[in-house]
Amino acid sequence: MSDIVEKTLTALPGLFLQNQAGGGPAAAKAPFSSRLGGLVRSITALTSKHEEEKLIQQELSSLKATVSAPTTTLKMMKECMVRLMYCEMLGYDASFGYIHAIKLAQQGNLLEKRVGYLAVSLFLHESHELLLLLVNTVVKDLQSTNLIEVCMALTIVSQIFPREMIPAVLPLIEDKLQHSKEIIRRKAVLALYKFHLIAPNQVQHIHVKFRKALCDRDVGVMAASLHIYFRMIKENSSGYKDLTGSFVTILKQVVGGKLPVDFNYHSVPAPWLQIQLLRILGLLGKDDQRTSELMYDVLDESLRRAELNHNVTYAILFECVHTVYSIYPKSELLEKAAKCIGKFVLSPKINLKYLGLKALTYVIQQDPTLALQHQMTIIECLDHPDPIIKRETLELLYRITNTQNVTVIVQKMLDYLHQSKEEYIIVNLVGKIAELAEKYAPDNAWFIQTMNAVFSVGGDVIHPDIPNNFLRLLAEGFDDEAEDQQLRLYAVQSYLTLLDVENVFYPQRFLQVMSWVLGEYSYLLDKEMTEEVITKLYRLLMSDSISSETKAWLIAAVTKLTPQAHSSNIVEKLIQEFTVSLDTCMRQHAFELKHLHENMELMKSLLPVDKSCEDMMVDASLSFLDGFVAEGLSQGAAPYKPHHQRQEEKLSQEKGLNFEPYGLSFSSSGFTGRQSPAGISLGSDVSGNSADTGLKETSSLKLEGIKKLWGKEGYLPKKENKTGDETEAPVPQETTIMENVDQAVTKKDQSQVLTQTKEEKEKQLLASSLFVGLGSESSVNLITEQPECCLSITEAENTKIFQYSVQMEKPFMQGNLCGFVNYQTVDTLSAQLEFSVNLSLLDFIRPLKISTEDFGKLWLTFANDVKQNVKMSDSQAALPSTLETLEQKLRLHVVDIIGNEGLLACQLLPSTPCLVHCRVYADILALWFRSSCSTLPDYLLYQCQKVIEGS
Amino acid sequence: MRFMLLFSRQGKLRLQKWYLATSDKERKKMVRELMQVVLARKPKMCSFLEWRDLKVVYKRYASLYFCCAIEGQDNELITLELIHRYVELLDKYFGSVCELDIIFNFEKAYFILDEFLMGGDVQDTSKKSVLKAIEQADLLQEEDESPRSVRDLGPQGL
Repeated sequence: MSDIVEKTLTALPGLFLQNQAGGGPAAAKAPFSSRLGGLVRSITALTSKHEEEKLIQQELSSLKATVSAPTTTLKMMKECMVRLMYCEMLGYDASFGYIHAIKLAQQGNLLEKRVGYLAVSLFLHESHELLLLLVNTVVKDLQSTNLIEVCMALTIVSQIFPREMIPAVLPLIEDKLQHSKEIIRRKAVLALYKFHLIAPNQVQHIHVKFRKALCDRDVGVMAASLHIYFRMIKENSSGYKDLTGSFVTILKQVVGGKLPVDFNYHSVPAPWLQIQLLRILGLLGKDDQRTSELMYDVLDESLRRAELNHNVTYAILFECVHTVYSIYPKSELLEKAAKCIGKFVLSPKINLKYLGLKALTYVIQQDPTLALQHQMTIIECLDHPDPIIKRETLELLYRITNTQNVTVIVQKMLDYLHQSKEEYIIVNLVGKIAELAEKYAPDNAWFIQTMNAVFSVGGDVIHPDIPNNFLRLLAEGFDDEAEDQQLRLYAVQSYLTLLDVENVFYPQRFLQVMSWVLGEYSYLLDKEMTEEVITKLYRLLMSDSISSETKAWLIAAVTKLTPQAHSSNIVEKLIQEFTVSLDTCMRQHAFELKHLHENMELMKSLLPVDKSCEDMMVDASLSFLDGFVAEGLSQGAAPYKPHHQRQEEKLSQEKGLNFEPYGLSFSSSGFTGRQSPAGISLGSDVSGNSADTGLKETSSLKLEGIKKLWGKEGYLPKKENKTGDETEAPVPQETTIMENVDQAVTKKDQSQVLTQTKEEKEKQLLASSLFVGLGSESSVNLITEQPECCLSITEAENTKIFQYSVQMEKPFMQGNLCGFVNYQTVDTLSAQLEFSVNLSLLDFIRPLKISTEDFGKLWLTFANDVKQNVKMSDSQAALPSTLETLEQKLRLHVVDIIGNEGLLACQLLPSTPCLVHCRVYADILALWFRSSCSTLPDYLLYQCQKVIEGS
Repeated sequence: MRFMLLFSRQGKLRLQKWYLATSDKERKKMVRELMQVVLARKPKMCSFLEWRDLKVVYKRYASLYFCCAIEGQDNELITLELIHRYVELLDKYFGSVCELDIIFNFEKAYFILDEFLMGGDVQDTSKKSVLKAIEQADLLQEEDESPRSVRDLGPQGL
């Protein structure tokens, strides 16, 4: 009953529509998609996007119910598919219907199948997994005796077909090349063309059959085969020279009007065919006089015949001109072609003008006089209101640039650049300007100014070759050394001026270029200027808008300039700032600078002035370490094994199943620490930094100690190599020297802590300013006195407690909080008590108490993750006890323990969460960190490692 | 050809055909961007556009924009004629086509396009044979749905 009502309802609007259409000749206006009509009409009636969304969602859910209902007939399904396609076109997701589209193509009758195939071609993309389900249907339809089914199968194959399934249908399609119906042969050729595009190897063996298609008695089939030939000739023109005669003959016949009138388009014979043939001839005749001679006649005829004043004749003419200029030149033809170009350029129709400019651009290098002929038109086009015309004109000018006109042309290009917003245009134009500037620059000032504009406007989308080439050019210079120095000096001065401008943000790439140039060539300035340069670089380093990549460039520049500077206040400030940075890379740079800074001689020899073009001698075999290795071996150390060997041994030891993904086993081979250089430097740096941790580590962790030696050893002999003195210095002696130095440094550190100079205090105050935000919720309770706060005189037994909280503004490895308390003794003498507290990031870690469910949700939202395997000692092999240790020592919250897996959560105050997932197998603990902060997982991993391996 | 789009002056997509594998997200982004660019152009401007690494050829017929993306070395003018031929085909099929015909029978518009272009290249430039192929399939449809329409279809058939 309800079915009938439904049918009636469906039919009503259809009948309505039928009456409206009046049943005229347009039989296509059938009522079959009336429900689509209803949908379309109700959408048009809506006023807001929100309403549309609601309506479509309703529609989609009703469609979802219908398509999955078992009672839905194929006919209804066809109707549903049409509506689904419509919804997808409006931008809504209808993926639930994809599988039904495939089913419809498979099971439906001809009409339903057609809609099913169409839906598949619209819904799916080439690598969609569902597409595999279509292969069988296609194979079946290709074998069908019904021509329409075969046509549909060929059409879908040419649109969308999984590459790896080509072999399944290839023989069937090859057979179709001999089919009696031309429409089938034509579609088969085009399907093979598609295969040639996506998988050329698979159709190589049927090249002979393509020749047969080229000679087919049906024009459509022959024309279809030209698509394949165009591709193949483009890839390898020499292989098809023998076909030139055939192509010429075909073109002659077409131009001579020998084809059926059916193929005429606005009384021009088969224009698409003509154009395709002209393009093929252009490829064949390129740089080949003999082949070109074969086509001169027909090209001449083509130029002559195309007289009708219609777009399509212009299309043919344009292609003809292109071909004439591509092949081996013949002056008579060139003359005619040039005349043709004139027709285009001078045409009042804007489309033709555009193509005229395009043609000029193409031929201008062969025939520069042509530009002179049309110079007035070109000038007019340069100020054309349509930016596309302007741009094509610039393209033309770019081809005729020389030393005399470069400044004007580049100026025009820059003007255009300033108006344009589209990334692709900017990248393209900026590349061209840079190229012209390098080739034709009239003087230094202009060159540097132009490149400044390139870097400023090009921003960070600029092709990386541009800054690289620019820097190479500066470094390598030209033949005249004095001139080169002037160029460099000009660059340095210009950058310093730019950096003085307030509130201007330069693109990162530009800043990188500046840092390199300033680092290398600031020595050309007055000696006193070096510190000023360093100050500027330092200011940039402290700015928030600088990416960490650029910071690395900046700190490298500072490092280069440090040996040239008289005073090193800023450098020391910088070292202090960044040796506690959470960014491992920056921290490493800062430590390198710090160590070099302590040894000026070494620093100067490592960073010689103006030697950027000279090759560094690097002892890649690390032969200077031989002595150290020998010593280690004699003391019973295991010989070094390359990574792959360790890997193999490990695999052969572990007979059991490998539960870890293969990628992970790489890092698990070194249980003791991260393999990354950053990790190593972190280990050694921390131990060298504070005497306390250093001691603890050497006593508890043997391998950490070895690492430390490696770091020092690798560092000292480098100096030997660089200075070029005796390289065979006795190693043991060096080690002792080094140890002494090390101790001295530590001592110095300690004494510095004890006797704080005023300067030191300032620095520390600066450091502590990072922890500002006193007085918020008592997250960290440090018992401190507020600076400059006077206590009232109290009885000895009376104590006063001030409680303040410290908040971290941005994550830092460690920092120092210091201050002083003023008090008065009984005899009213005022005294001062200084104090300082070292804070590490760990002090700001708190347990994060969440449920397992919340953990799961949070886990999925975080992008930054770090994984590492850690070997546990036997005593703590049980998961609960390990987690308990972590809970106690690092204040992580144990969320849940499930079998051999455990979940931990913590947060960096005020609210940066970090989640840990760990799993035990054998004595390995696989740790997996995720957080919203990119550096936090790294830090926590290091801490966890320390705790687990330390206990 | 890389893709073909039909959209209205109000920026509503009416038909889209992609001849090169493109992800759904990328498609949406490209359609949105390109519509903006084309709709912002003034009537007297050139029908060709350089957009990203593509050449875009567009033409407006009444309230509908037809828009093709081709590669740099392809012939712009013939692409413009290709659009025109497609419009002619639609016109002949629907009998003086209008935007509404394409909205309400968009699947037919797709069928015609598939018969005219295959894999982005011209398959059949003969108007007669394209329409013949479509009508062959349609004939079955009319028989299936409403037999009286066969009469309207006239003598052309299989």
